[in-house]
Amino acid sequence: MGEFVKEIKCVVWDLDNTLWDGILLEDKEVIFKPGICDIIKELDSRGVLNSIASKNNYEDAVKKLEEAGIREYFLFPEITWDAKSKAIDRIIKNLNIGQDTILFIDDQQFELDEVKYELPQVTCINSCEYMNLLEYPRLRQRFNTEDSKRRRLMYLEDIERKRDENSYNGPTEKFLTSLNMRITITEAEESDLQRAEELTVRTNQLNATGITYDYSELDEYRKSDNHKLFICELVDKYGSYGKIGLALVEIKEYWHLKMLLMSCRVMSRGIGTVLLNFIMRQAKDKGGKLYADFKMTDRNRQMYVTYKFANFKEVHIDDADGVILMENDLSIIQEYPPFAEVSIM
Amino acid sequence: MDSVKTIRDFINENLITFNEDAAFTDEDDIFKLGFVNSLFAMKLLTFIENEFNIKVENEEMELSNFNSVSNIVNFIDRKTKNN
Repeated sequence: MGEFVKEIKCVVWDLDNTLWDGILLEDKEVIFKPGICDIIKELDSRGVLNSIASKNNYEDAVKKLEEAGIREYFLFPEITWDAKSKAIDRIIKNLNIGQDTILFIDDQQFELDEVKYELPQVTCINSCEYMNLLEYPRLRQRFNTEDSKRRRLMYLEDIERKRDENSYNGPTEKFLTSLNMRITITEAEESDLQRAEELTVRTNQLNATGITYDYSELDEYRKSDNHKLFICELVDKYGSYGKIGLALVEIKEYWHLKMLLMSCRVMSRGIGTVLLNFIMRQAKDKGGKLYADFKMTDRNRQMYVTYKFANFKEVHIDDADGVILMENDLSIIQEYPPFAEVSIM
Repeated sequence: MDSVKTIRDFINENLITFNEDAAFTDEDDIFKLGFVNSLFAMKLLTFIENEFNIKVENEEMELSNFNSVSNIVNFIDRKTKNN
């Protein structure tokens, strides 16, 4: 499949003379630049996050943003007197994204140079070019999926989850139960395919083969009589995690699991095996035995362990491409987790 | 060091059991007792490897080595004797 251009995941804005004309602490009145609020909202709807690195007084700046009705668009805003490279570094850590996926926009060459020097992979742009921002290819995501549209909200929900989890002292089990997790497994529809492709590209740890599939390949499998493509969604009391798991099964005399992956966003939720359990149940109903492909990468030992602890045995290793064929007689199948509700549509 | 107690304590602390108050013996199948997810499996392996200073090879990663306290302890004994 084709190479992906590294997308920008977050735009970090300066405030004075970038977001608005004037300097908040010196001028009586500052005025937002024409069209700038719409640009921020459009980026947000594309799934690009927005943040702030500004040397300013926090309360005054936030008040100004609230007046314009755009305060909630900014995640982890850094409004401090620190060096901007430090501020951006904190944003990177908080969002847990790569330096090379940040775009920083400021009116002062000094600030752009300072960030460029400390964080060489950050893309720096002078604010006089802000009008062209929406045309910038790296801000046009390959697909605009439901999951990318909700991206900022999912980050906000995660912030809330983490706060609650950190303040929770009881047993893990009770905490997991308190989340009211609901997992839904369905056969993938056409509208799921963009997200499905994204999952094969973005998922590393809980990924059985590391093989990526593009939209048209997945669409063929979806339509094929000899295959089934399952996708799974997780919702809890805070909101939806979106589509977080994908499985491709080839239907022969026995079911053959060609691909299985679960987004690492949900690993700590203890549901990494649910999709596999589901496939095992189905396979038992249909044929009585299940085969699965596994390919070791430098990051997916957890998936190997998952297969082995689900009672898969290695039967054959293809030396050419390193794919291990595993077999499961399905004599042992675990119950679904007691702390989550699983529904099959 | 009492490895039976070490393993029991670990399972008590980390396994999400189907029946909260269930007591279990060293012979009970922990895969029937609780929900073994990838996270628990990974934690258990890492714990055994670090605590007893052994490396679990792919071919040793069989259910029969890990499905009860006794089997885990036997496995660890075999490994440490070979070293």
